[in-house]
Amino acid sequence: MGRYIIRRLIQAIPVLLGSTFLIYLTVFALPGDPIASLAGEKRTDPTVVAILREQYHLNDPFFLQYWYYIKGVFVGDFGTTFAKVEVSDLIAGKFQVTINLAMTALILEAIIGVGLGLWAALRRGQAIDSAILASTLILISVPTLVTGFVLQLLLGVQLKTSTGFDFFPVAGVYDGWRSYLVPGFVLAGVSIAYLTRLTRTSLAETLRADFVRTAVAKGLPRRRVVGRHALRNALIPLVTYLGADLGTLMGGAVITESIFNIPGIGQELFRSVYERQQPVVVGIVTLLVLVYILANLFVDLLYAVLDPRIRYE
Amino acid sequence: MSDIRPAGPPHPETEHDATGQAVAVGTPEPPPDVKPAKQGKPASLWSDAWYDLRRRPLFIFSSVLILILLVIAVFPQWFSSVDPFNAATCQLAQARNPPGSAHWFGTDNLGCDVYSRTIYGARNSIVVGMSTTIVTAIVGGLLGLIAGYRSGATDTVLSRTTEVFFAIPPILGALLILAVFRTGNVWTVMLALAVLAWPMTFRIMRAAVIMAKNQDYVMAARALGAGPGRIMFRHILPNAVAPVIVVATINLGGFIAAEAALSFLGVGIQSPDISWGLMIADARDRFLEAYSPLLFPALFLSVTVLAFIMLGDAVRDALDPKLR
Repeated sequence: MGRYIIRRLIQAIPVLLGSTFLIYLTVFALPGDPIASLAGEKRTDPTVVAILREQYHLNDPFFLQYWYYIKGVFVGDFGTTFAKVEVSDLIAGKFQVTINLAMTALILEAIIGVGLGLWAALRRGQAIDSAILASTLILISVPTLVTGFVLQLLLGVQLKTSTGFDFFPVAGVYDGWRSYLVPGFVLAGVSIAYLTRLTRTSLAETLRADFVRTAVAKGLPRRRVVGRHALRNALIPLVTYLGADLGTLMGGAVITESIFNIPGIGQELFRSVYERQQPVVVGIVTLLVLVYILANLFVDLLYAVLDPRIRYE
Repeated sequence: MSDIRPAGPPHPETEHDATGQAVAVGTPEPPPDVKPAKQGKPASLWSDAWYDLRRRPLFIFSSVLILILLVIAVFPQWFSSVDPFNAATCQLAQARNPPGSAHWFGTDNLGCDVYSRTIYGARNSIVVGMSTTIVTAIVGGLLGLIAGYRSGATDTVLSRTTEVFFAIPPILGALLILAVFRTGNVWTVMLALAVLAWPMTFRIMRAAVIMAKNQDYVMAARALGAGPGRIMFRHILPNAVAPVIVVATINLGGFIAAEAALSFLGVGIQSPDISWGLMIADARDRFLEAYSPLLFPALFLSVTVLAFIMLGDAVRDALDPKLR
């Protein structure tokens, strides 16, 4: 087990290096001069510019710049912005906001997706099954952009003005966990639909398995057959999907953050791209890649818990 | 995944993990390459699928929708007498009018007709969706074919490369690429999306090719002296392309939504060109005063994506009967 984890982490290093390199290269190619834009409209003192360029290794060739950066990352130093702010300090709070948002989305996704999928699988071929399938189709098709604004209008404005019911804040993060509910649902939308379909297919397949027939034959109550025998065996693809989705949700949060005015990393990245803040952009993407890698590793380890036949050497 | 050793009989789901994303995105595994022939008459997968498709209400409905959208995209002037690119048609005094007989969908913040803008916006969405799909299918498909067929070092290099791309969050990556180009238009958006999307096609193609290449007919072709090019394109490709077509159709809707998202963020298609995402972004500030400039492009966007996703669903059901 321990050796397996270490091997997986070592395998992740080339992925991490490759993706940070690509991002670094892209930011390097961005048009504009970050030092010149620091001063705004004012004329810049050439000696100050020269010193700053030297300090941030801007005169060095690209590969050397990347080398300085990646050397720092491996000892936990994500560098500073061109205004001398530690990138890790800058990102930390925003990262927390996006984690909150993505976790809310993931929890909503798991509850609604598995619930609906279970319902549809147990009523396969009936009206409710078709209704659930049709609603997943709608949920997949309506883009975040649309669900976001429509829910903002319906829940934040219409519901509030017509009934005075004000449980769903639709902007900012100043209402505690409640402020993440609507944005979390909007962010999870498409994933909920895919998870519902996946649960339905996976469970329907397991329900046809021999061991389920045996469980029914030996007189177990239906609740136990579905919950302990079928669902547990149907869970592996669902867990895989959820694990991979955490990274997708965090990376895709930028639209939701923009609609609901949530100060997360998506917004920060958006601004940093325009200010050409290499270390911030690369730092955020590096963190997201790490989340992606760790979530996938966690899922693989979870397999062994769900299915004892799986062992890790 | 080779590290997982099932101690008992293989679990039905752990096998699919080799194709990774195929399970993760809820797309089907490659279909069986042998279809039962009807009454001794050998029917190919394609003719079977086509026979099946024509009888599906979902397919007919989505095809009709897509056909209408294509006509709108090619000949927007047939649907609107107002030319939205002519600035004289916008009247600031008429800003944010509700829908009425003069302006069916109302007017936006600058007094422009929302209906004609929505109609003219279809073209960019559909061009981005289709071109990105074609480019990713060709690039990802070809590389997947080569990696799956040759295996060894070529496969290792290509597969590791896709892992790197998979780890980059797509919308953020596209945002960065578009920031490099500085000017967003249909083709840069297409390029940014394609750069990040080809690995998915690659993986699916590679998995399908690996399944197909060990079949007897490939051995037979090789024994008859067929070269690698002929085996790859004449024997393996037709038997491995179905899952790629399924995923490509489903992704098309996703690309259209992604274009709208990028334009909404301000890095995609730029004004004065028209995009539904851009219209939504322009309307959002005065959203509470006037719903129509935001809701109508949003409606068209949703219906377009829906049409392509429905088509993808229908094609998948026809090509992969196992999943029904």
